[in-house]
Amino acid sequence: MTRISISRRGFTGSLLAATALSACAVQSEAPAKARVVVIGGGFGGATAAKFLRLEDPGISVTLIEPKSEFQTCPGSNYVLGGLKRMSDITHTYAAMTGRHGVRHVRDMAVAVDPVTRTVRTAGGQSFGYDRLVVSPGIDIRWGAINGYDEAASLRMPHSWQAGPQTVLLRQQLEAMPDGGVVALSIPANPFRCPPGPYERISMIANYLKTTKPRSKILALDSKDAFSKQPLFQDGWAALYPGLIEWVPLGKDGKIVEVVPGEMTLVSEFGQKHKVAVANVIPPQFAGKIARDAGLANEQGWCPVDPFTFESQRHKAIHVIGDASIAGAMPKSGFAASSQAKFVARAIAASINGQPAEAPVYANTCYSLVGPDYGISVADIYRSTAQGIVAVQGAGGVSPRTPPDAPAHRHLEAVYTHGWYASATREIWGS
Amino acid sequence: MTRPIRATLLALAAIAAASPAFAQSPVPTSGRTLAATCTGCHGPAGRSAGEIPSINGRTETQLAQAMLDFKNDRRPATVMNRHAKGFSDAEIAAIAKEISANWR
Ligand SMILES: Cc1cc2nc3c(=O)[nH]c(=O)nc-3n(C[C@H](O)[C@H](O)[C@H](O)COP(=O)(O)OP(=O)(O)OC[C@H]3O[C@@H](n4cnc5c(N)ncnc54)[C@H](O)[C@@H]3O)c2cc1C
Ligand code: HEC
Repeated sequence: MTRISISRRGFTGSLLAATALSACAVQSEAPAKARVVVIGGGFGGATAAKFLRLEDPGISVTLIEPKSEFQTCPGSNYVLGGLKRMSDITHTYAAMTGRHGVRHVRDMAVAVDPVTRTVRTAGGQSFGYDRLVVSPGIDIRWGAINGYDEAASLRMPHSWQAGPQTVLLRQQLEAMPDGGVVALSIPANPFRCPPGPYERISMIANYLKTTKPRSKILALDSKDAFSKQPLFQDGWAALYPGLIEWVPLGKDGKIVEVVPGEMTLVSEFGQKHKVAVANVIPPQFAGKIARDAGLANEQGWCPVDPFTFESQRHKAIHVIGDASIAGAMPKSGFAASSQAKFVARAIAASINGQPAEAPVYANTCYSLVGPDYGISVADIYRSTAQGIVAVQGAGGVSPRTPPDAPAHRHLEAVYTHGWYASATREIWGS
Repeated sequence: MTRPIRATLLALAAIAAASPAFAQSPVPTSGRTLAATCTGCHGPAGRSAGEIPSINGRTETQLAQAMLDFKNDRRPATVMNRHAKGFSDAEIAAIAKEISANWR
């Protein structure tokens, strides 16, 4: 059956008309006020799907996500560090489908038609939408580093999407003899999780320090500065003296080529680093579906209205999370979830003919420098016509010299786990 | 916060498709929306799933006082002082009202 989109019928806000339309929708069981389709069941998409149902159970929500279990990137560094197991970072969609009535379609979205307002999946299903939320996260830019393709990632894992790649890097660290060099290649901005590479360095250092103390970490960076840098470097000096060498862009840190067969990384100016384990975190862009749907710019990220996260390229499509260009907000799970909660409210308000609220968003990225040593960066954000900005005078990073530093770092380590527990319960667990 | 004309027009065009009511300029952020920034750490309805304290079941006065104390650095904290500074006193009042009324 062909779906006629509300706008093409010249819809004027009558709920009756919407109900009538939905009644003939291909996928709907009961007549719904409006149909929202969500692509991607990660931090952004899963939050949006659940919160749309909480906002208004009259809205039918279809979540398109191929996985039956989601493994979070947050916490994956703790698996590498030996603090957690994969099962600790694995979540299901049971509450979402059972308690909240989200329909989970285990399939990959392969095409979006913004004119007929239809999403098609790899399995050949079609879903009409009144509103579409797109939160596919990132894709790796294969080939951006010469020689770094999917095959290379099996020898030199990126581990920037949690799952088998996380397990692979952990196994390589376990198999490495004491005295080996573990190299990381770190991309330029923007990329998923600005403090993530440095937390990873910390967690690998924690593992090496306790099990392979003669080993070293060589962090090859395409930047000259990074998130929470003084806090990380203070922590490294205190916990892992002599173990970590960080090479910035200005000291030829940028890796431009890899030779997986020889376990070699090649820098911009031709230095060759032969290492035992190589974690190559490559440049990234918005997930394929967002780019294929024409939602991305030339750099591969999606411009959105700062007030609604509605795409600047196509109406009725909201792009959230890592794939979006969200001004001052980092590409983090906390941010994606915060955006999703607001966008769910805005969509429900619009469907119910209520006015939009001025947005507020939050982010906090906790990082473990050691098992008992936590740091954070926090911000509150508001929308302006120029984009999303952090509220001046609020937020910022953990103090560098708090009165009782060990107690402070300890508490933030405890709260790091506290955030993870509450955030993942809010999204997948309750 | 006033919304400049360009953004209003964008939003107007964007929203017209679904509902004409979106055509109004945005109303001030509600207590409910403001309080949605708290649950990532404090858990759904303020019931923490881990080591961060729960904040459900408190009176409006307790909550507002705690937030103002954090905001004005009268109460030591690891992160709440940085968060509380992101809200006006009126917003803090709205948050306290929302949480005390609806988070049991
Ligand atoms: C090592 C590491 C540590 C991190 N630590 C933190 C942290 O401590 N705190 C924090 O806040 N953030 C952290 N992050 C960042 C966080 O993981 C991301 O910012 C977050 O996952 C972004 O959410 P998202 O919804 O955009 O994408 P994701 O969470 O990646 O979700 C995308 C989902 O979309 C699905 N998908 C993609 N394409 C399609 C399609 N075509 N059809 C259907 N489904 C599709 C995917 O299967 C996936 O499930 C970390 C990241 C890394 C790599
Ligand atoms: C980044 C995580 C985080 C966010 C977001 C957050 N909090 Fe907190 N909150 C904490 C932590 C951690 C503490 C303990 C004090 C500290 O170290 O900052 C706390 C303490 C509190 C307390 C005191 C609890 C007690 O037992 O005395 C209140 C009240 C509170 N928060 C309210 C809020 C409100 C309201 C919001 C949203 C506007 C919020 N918090 C957002 C992490 C968070």
